[in-house]
Amino acid sequence: MRGRRIGLIAAAILAVVLTVVGFTIVTGSKSTGGGPRGSGVATVGGPFTLTGVDGQAVTEKDLLGKPSAIFFGFTYCPEVCPTTLSELSALADQLGSDADKLNLVFISVDAERDGPEEMKQYLTAFDSRIIGLTGTPEQIDAAAKAFKIYYTKVLLDDGDYTMDHTASVILMDAYGKFFGTMAYEEAMSVMLAKLKRLIGEG
Amino acid sequence: MFSSARAAITAALLALSIPALSLEAKAAEIEITQPWTRATPPAAKVGGGYLTLTNKGTVIDTLLGASSEIADRVEVHKMEMVDGIMKMRPVPEGLEIPAGQTAELAPGGYHLMLMGLKRPITQGERIPLTLKFEKSNPVDIELVAGPLGSSRPNGGENPSGGSSSMSHGESN
Repeated sequence: MRGRRIGLIAAAILAVVLTVVGFTIVTGSKSTGGGPRGSGVATVGGPFTLTGVDGQAVTEKDLLGKPSAIFFGFTYCPEVCPTTLSELSALADQLGSDADKLNLVFISVDAERDGPEEMKQYLTAFDSRIIGLTGTPEQIDAAAKAFKIYYTKVLLDDGDYTMDHTASVILMDAYGKFFGTMAYEEAMSVMLAKLKRLIGEG
Repeated sequence: MFSSARAAITAALLALSIPALSLEAKAAEIEITQPWTRATPPAAKVGGGYLTLTNKGTVIDTLLGASSEIADRVEVHKMEMVDGIMKMRPVPEGLEIPAGQTAELAPGGYHLMLMGLKRPITQGERIPLTLKFEKSNPVDIELVAGPLGSSRPNGGENPSGGSSSMSHGESN
């Protein structure tokens, strides 16, 4: 009886120790990966070189001077991507000419299937102000890392594949500094308010 | 003694269920409501299919997939948002619809995935599609195409929380 109780206490202590160690590893990796601030908040944004729909090179510098709303996705995405791009189009519509003070950017995470031509065709369905960017796997990887976007290729049984990816829209100010995010399925009114604030303050 | 009583009950239940089963074999047991899809951007190779399935029968059935002239193949898939990351997986075992229950295929959860689209889907179009079940006969339906990016039938906009689907035990 007594032995069992001691065993339980030992197990409890071990659990606490493991939790603390685990937590330290998680927060530690976050702050070391986060750049110079060291506050535990990852720095979002950074250098990238991608290709626009007309084959031209586009870098982070091309987005400066205006705040940006950046979304990563892929054209084989049935739901999140067309929905988000439609929402961004509707928001641009509601913003009217104020939407010109904003870069709306769609970056592909699927280098294999999304060339500039595919992106161009795909984007004809949405607001013409949306900038489509793609690139080599390395270029896309660098851009996704810069914006702290998670994506991964998932092989399917039939030899096909799909992509898991962060579905949030990243908001950056005119100086290339992180401003905030818009989550998937956030209410349109909330997103509109965020974009207005981004245009006004960012 | 006990087993013979059980056998008698089983026989009685069987006798009761036979007329019901033979009736249902004629008409599909699965009732389909509000099948819809949405317009797709040019060059898109995939589309979603959404509908509500009600099992009016007395036995569990499984939606295995579908076929449509517009797509190379139509599969049951499930989408999940996990910590802001969109994950989508085929559900080859299909979607179970227990007797007397309703299963919803809706944005954000289980859906039909139209793969290898032969042409884009345009708004207002009706896409013929044949649903395949484990037990019931195939059912022909038409998906009504709402606007691009709509998250509800008839082009409804995303309210705020997204839609839910029946929660099943299957992993993806």
